[in-house]
Amino acid sequence: MDLLYNIFIDPFVQMGTAPDLLVQTLWEGLVGGVLYSLIALGFVLIFKASGVFNFAQGIMVVFAAMSLVALHALGIPAFVALALTVGVMLALAWVVERLVLRPLVNQPDIILFMATFGLTYFLIGFGELVFGGEPKIMIADQLYLPRGAYDIKMLGGFVSLQKIDIAAAVIASLMVAALAVFFQKTRIGRALRAVADSHRAALSVGISLEQIWVIVWFAAGIVAIVTGIMWGARSQVEFSLQIIALKALPVLILGGFTSIPGAIVGGLIIGVGEKLGEFYWGPLLGSGIESWLAYMIALVFLLFRPQGLFGEKIIERV
Amino acid sequence: MLYREAGQYKTSYRADFAVFPLLQDRVGIAVILALAVLMPFVASEFVINSMMIPILIFALAAIGLNLLTGYAGLVSLGTGGFMGVGAYGCYKLATAFPGVNIIVPIIASGLFAAAIGVLFGLPSLRIKGFYLAVATLAAQFFLSWCFVRVPWLVNYNVSGAIEVPTRTLFGVPITGPNATAVTRYLVVLSIVVVMTWVASNLVHGRFGRMWMAVRDMDIAAELIGIKLYRTKLLAFAVSSFYAGVAGAMLVFLWLGASEADSFDINASFLVLFMVIIGGLGSLVGSFLGAFLILGLPIVLRSLPDTLGLSINSATVEHLQFMIVGALIIFFLIVEPAGLARLWQIGKQKLRVWPFPY
Repeated sequence: MDLLYNIFIDPFVQMGTAPDLLVQTLWEGLVGGVLYSLIALGFVLIFKASGVFNFAQGIMVVFAAMSLVALHALGIPAFVALALTVGVMLALAWVVERLVLRPLVNQPDIILFMATFGLTYFLIGFGELVFGGEPKIMIADQLYLPRGAYDIKMLGGFVSLQKIDIAAAVIASLMVAALAVFFQKTRIGRALRAVADSHRAALSVGISLEQIWVIVWFAAGIVAIVTGIMWGARSQVEFSLQIIALKALPVLILGGFTSIPGAIVGGLIIGVGEKLGEFYWGPLLGSGIESWLAYMIALVFLLFRPQGLFGEKIIERV
Repeated sequence: MLYREAGQYKTSYRADFAVFPLLQDRVGIAVILALAVLMPFVASEFVINSMMIPILIFALAAIGLNLLTGYAGLVSLGTGGFMGVGAYGCYKLATAFPGVNIIVPIIASGLFAAAIGVLFGLPSLRIKGFYLAVATLAAQFFLSWCFVRVPWLVNYNVSGAIEVPTRTLFGVPITGPNATAVTRYLVVLSIVVVMTWVASNLVHGRFGRMWMAVRDMDIAAELIGIKLYRTKLLAFAVSSFYAGVAGAMLVFLWLGASEADSFDINASFLVLFMVIIGGLGSLVGSFLGAFLILGLPIVLRSLPDTLGLSINSATVEHLQFMIVGALIIFFLIVEPAGLARLWQIGKQKLRVWPFPY
């Protein structure tokens, strides 16, 4: 009885009695969710266009952030370093297409998935060799990212909003909007959508798959840079950050592997669910439940909607 | 010339469908087994303890995953968690029934893993492919969390780790600090050989064919009367059983003491590597994959010393990551079907040798 009360009643009583805490938790969940969405977005971009489940997205985030910090440490002005980092991601996309994707074309999905694993290992080793293994501070100030917090008085308490989180949300929305325009309105975007629909049909109307793959990996690289800056500004830039890729995977189940709106909404749901669960139900189970809570949310969700939030219903034929 | 089927007549259907239809194959496997048994007499303790034992144990885990991924076509990233269930289950059994022969809890712990495996295999009834892989990650993270947070699993040890008690078999200690590497090696070898034999019979028999039918096209399999949910859950059960036994052996017969992070996500990835590099749907491949994936870092680590280069250890570590990553990609490009395919090609070449075809 006590347990049932603790699970089903007490958390809601707490939410009712301290609404400011609830708002704070929701806000933190949302901003955490924005970052999950960004990583999931990188996955979705690549999966849509090339059918590759890119496990290396997490290390790409770290790699981008590390490059940016290291370039700035060489004395290059922050925004020039940012431009150079974009160049680094372009080079990475090109090299990956040339050395990994092109020789593996037409292989089963799992082989490509494994190849991105190999890429992850390679980038971890290469990154630690070049940048060193120690954690670094993101150059948030030099990039004119705000710091500090707004304290808003509401609902009989304070809700504190970190400025960097607001900036992250704004920048993420801008980027998603830019990507949407890019996908819907440009020639390359149309080609990308064509490739996502059918590789063969795209090839037959003269779209170069190789070129598209480079562009898509580059786009995922740009997303990785933004994610890296935002995540790095909240904590530190270190190689262990690459496991955030694993945290974005439930988002993919939730949103569907091929849906950009799914990635965004899924990320927000997972972020909020995780924070609420951790804050209100976490003490019951002992701490650390955020390591699997997101997966459980996604699994339960799957039982009711296997195709994901916005995924297309797959009709299978024999 | 030597490896040829000429003159070996099959007079029954059974003989034609034997696992090793060729006399040369049977001799070969006998020689390999004999070498494996005699290995402790020639190899150093280091080779036995830090190469042979882990290779055999991980090969068993890889066989388990291969049954699931290679034969039944269900990708799982929860192997590490299932291995952990085996290890912790074995610890609970071994301490609850101290009088029972240690082999019994090691094998029985696989049953716990199988039960948990079936539970987390349930999503496989509705989803496939990468969705399923991500869903099995739920098992991995949840189980990892349990290993850390549930003190009951380690009998409320202060250290929070499994401390392997000493147990004997025919009066010789085979687990715990007093067991020598050679005895542990021989125990591991016998368990692995027996379980590989069982796996080989499974995949050549009715169940293996059901799994392969489901892998190749599930709807067609359903149409010819295979019950999908039973087949898939059975694959999860058997696979987790193997992983569980491997996990129990990992702690009891190799590490001697273990913390929760022996069974984290990296263990799952390691076993998946072995399966992919070794070859999906091949038992030999599981061994070859384990051999390569575990042997490679050892070789890479000792390489600078043998070449007389002085590179500091951190750099070696980073280079090792790079080389392992690059080699994985290289292997996938050169032979996506894995080492097992190379093995096949080698046998085929040997068959016509010394002629080109």
